[in-house]
Amino acid sequence: MAGRIKIRAQKKGDITEVKALMRHPMETGMRKDQAGDPIPAHFITEVAVFHGDQPVMQGHWGAAVSANPFLGVRFAGGESGDTVRVVWTDNQGGTGEGDTTIR
Amino acid sequence: MKRHLLLFTFFLAWLCSAPLAADDGVFDQYRDLMGDDNPAVFVIDEGEELWFMPQGPESATLEACDLGLGPGVTAGAYVRYPRYFADADAVMDLESRLVHCMTTIQGRDLKTVTAQPYSLRGDFGTEMEALVTWLAAESEGATIAPEQTHAAERAMYSLGEEIFYYRAGPHDFSCATCHEQSGMRIRLQALPDLTSHTGAAEAWGSWPAYRISQGLVRTMGWRLRDCFRQQRWPELQMGSEASIALQTYMAVNAAGGVMTAPGLKR
Repeated sequence: MAGRIKIRAQKKGDITEVKALMRHPMETGMRKDQAGDPIPAHFITEVAVFHGDQPVMQGHWGAAVSANPFLGVRFAGGESGDTVRVVWTDNQGGTGEGDTTIR
Repeated sequence: MKRHLLLFTFFLAWLCSAPLAADDGVFDQYRDLMGDDNPAVFVIDEGEELWFMPQGPESATLEACDLGLGPGVTAGAYVRYPRYFADADAVMDLESRLVHCMTTIQGRDLKTVTAQPYSLRGDFGTEMEALVTWLAAESEGATIAPEQTHAAERAMYSLGEEIFYYRAGPHDFSCATCHEQSGMRIRLQALPDLTSHTGAAEAWGSWPAYRISQGLVRTMGWRLRDCFRQQRWPELQMGSEASIALQTYMAVNAAGGVMTAPGLKR
């Protein structure tokens, strides 16, 4: 059930603080299952945060990031009621997306 | 030589003054930092969806499942476990009650349902883990109050106490070996004193929990099974008398405490 994101965005003075929790197994490809067969790599490779249509953060992730990763970002600007969107793409072509409004 | 001895004495003094549960301080800070961002929130949602999903030959949801407070009542049900059910004539923990509902209401095969209740390496959560997590969250903040009115429930407590102190296996281990003293730890992991109300309430009230090191929510059934593994005892079966007895012992010792699950653990 990958693909889900829980996002909270709060305005603190001039800064908007975004907290995003993503549902993803983040398999490194280096582990083996109970039967000894390799578990295929499955991890987020790109993640981006948008304020409206404007990208405020873009990142390349890899296998070293934990399962169900947590992302915290602060950016200048943003008003209460604005939309903040977080999107990711993984190495198997899967995507996840979620949005929230700034409190 | 003298200087070494002096240094060693200082070292000893430092060692003794260091708080035993050093890990807890750091880990509590981590919990505070994470706030409400416990990845178990996803598992709670998944458990709720599974509860309302028609499954099995009967294509039924679990809404007709009586968790003890009436069919379909989920809020506050978990804190009353383990408890006696007349329809099964047995004391059940939540996991065995769910199995009962899956087989009787949904008509699913017992073997299939109980084949793999807990995630193996590479799994991303099982149906049982999700359902238990959601149902525990449905009792969040409620007072732990396991039923002890039926004779079978009291017998389960006594049996649980007996197993708790029973030494066995190649290491001559009992549960009490690790869990009957306060303020002790194994490596940096604080060990709860399950014979005390405080220790039992803290432990019982924080499972199921998201284990960061495993990226999974684990249930109390799994926790006990893993304790058995660490004791080099035979594998503990989900819903077995031994498992339910130990859970009864723990839950009754925890009575009056607060359910805070799903927790967040190492």
